[in-house]
Amino acid sequence: MGTGDPLGMEAAHTQASGMHGMRAAGDLVARMQMTRRMRLKEAKQYVADKLHCTTRDLSDPIAMELLRAEHGLGQLPFTSAVQPDEPGMIEAKFNISELLDIPINSVERFKNHAHVERVARG
Amino acid sequence: MEVKIPTRMGDGSLTEMTRSEIRADLEAGTQAAAKRGKCPELTQDELDHLLDIYGSAARFTAVDIGEEVVMTNDGTGTKHIGNRIQDLQSFEQLLGVDIVELWQIDYSFKAVKTNVAHEGQTMKMAQLLLTNPVQYGAMPDLGRYSQPDGPIPNWSELLPLGKIDEARQAQEAAKDMLVEDIMFVADHMVEAGTDGIDFDTTGAAGDADFLAALTACRRLREKYPWLGIEIGMAAEFVLGMHGQLEFDGERLAGMWPKDQLRMVQAAGASIYGPAINVNTGKSAAWNIARAITLVKPAAEIAEIPIHVNVGMGVGGVPTCVHVPADATSRASKAFVEILKIDGY
Repeated sequence: MGTGDPLGMEAAHTQASGMHGMRAAGDLVARMQMTRRMRLKEAKQYVADKLHCTTRDLSDPIAMELLRAEHGLGQLPFTSAVQPDEPGMIEAKFNISELLDIPINSVERFKNHAHVERVARG
Repeated sequence: MEVKIPTRMGDGSLTEMTRSEIRADLEAGTQAAAKRGKCPELTQDELDHLLDIYGSAARFTAVDIGEEVVMTNDGTGTKHIGNRIQDLQSFEQLLGVDIVELWQIDYSFKAVKTNVAHEGQTMKMAQLLLTNPVQYGAMPDLGRYSQPDGPIPNWSELLPLGKIDEARQAQEAAKDMLVEDIMFVADHMVEAGTDGIDFDTTGAAGDADFLAALTACRRLREKYPWLGIEIGMAAEFVLGMHGQLEFDGERLAGMWPKDQLRMVQAAGASIYGPAINVNTGKSAAWNIARAITLVKPAAEIAEIPIHVNVGMGVGGVPTCVHVPADATSRASKAFVEILKIDGY
């Protein structure tokens, strides 16, 4: 909440103490704080348990690159290391919702608007 | 003779102080906070830890590997490098923040209300293009409802005239309007796919402003159990512009972070953001000791995440446009290591 006032502070904060978002697993831990109101320690442990890794791995972009690819959790979409046939952006959020066992609003609305369940039933 | 160490003032200007002078400022900062906020001073171990962080000439500092915290990042983007969705993508992919925030330049729920369809469509597109949580942020901004900007008699004009009852009634009427506007905007953002709502700079107009945010928060929590709701404060202390307003039977005027947190928690918010103002005439060391002393009682009892406001002019970060990274990184490390906070 509040690295705000965006004139360079967020770069210093992310380097000094940030989890690095979807470059690692910061977005996943953030979702547990937002959706289940978990404090940091509990949120990190919850995500680590789901990924079968340590809480330290969650901030490590090397460890998380492999885990995100394995679970289809999305990676930076514009790097040469990412294949177009991997889940990205909204697609990855379907897998994040399932892995973390939480509803993601945009995913639920996508399913509803695209009649995903009706299409799946055939 | 003691070596002088380069450090910062609260206005960001570079100065030099000895280690002894920095220690003295840390002690004075915690004493000032304890006296004003009626809370315990920091312990000697905590002051020693702060001295290690602030008594260094290093250009940058950071937490240990594995101790990183979540970055909320209200007010994502600069508005200078493309459109707003590109701003969000840049912060997601280049800076690596954990939660990004869509917002408009007139950062007020009342202003957003008139433009909510456009804002909602932008939110929908952002949700399609980002993996990070994307929340929508604005200020409650109660003052917008008073004349001449709004329909309600201006309580800041009524109070000097001694019209206390009229001023209170005006704030109560404005509060009711604000709650409905927050609900209107939040409902539309939920329909557009938002992951959360950020009440930024809450309490800027005093206790009625804070009450409006708490009331809307509780209604949103009842309606959307999964929704991320952040309540970030405008200042360290809730001004009693009304003076008699209560939430769950507790008077809001005069609340410091610990009591603010209890109210925010009770209202059902996901994340609480304390904001401790910076004194520009004091050193960065004085300001960080004061800020951590005031937030510590809240951090000790919190059942929800605390994301401290560490932007320009709050949380020990100097009040200046281009904040030096040495000052920002020291504040960033200090809150994490002393208070074990959950994010920024």
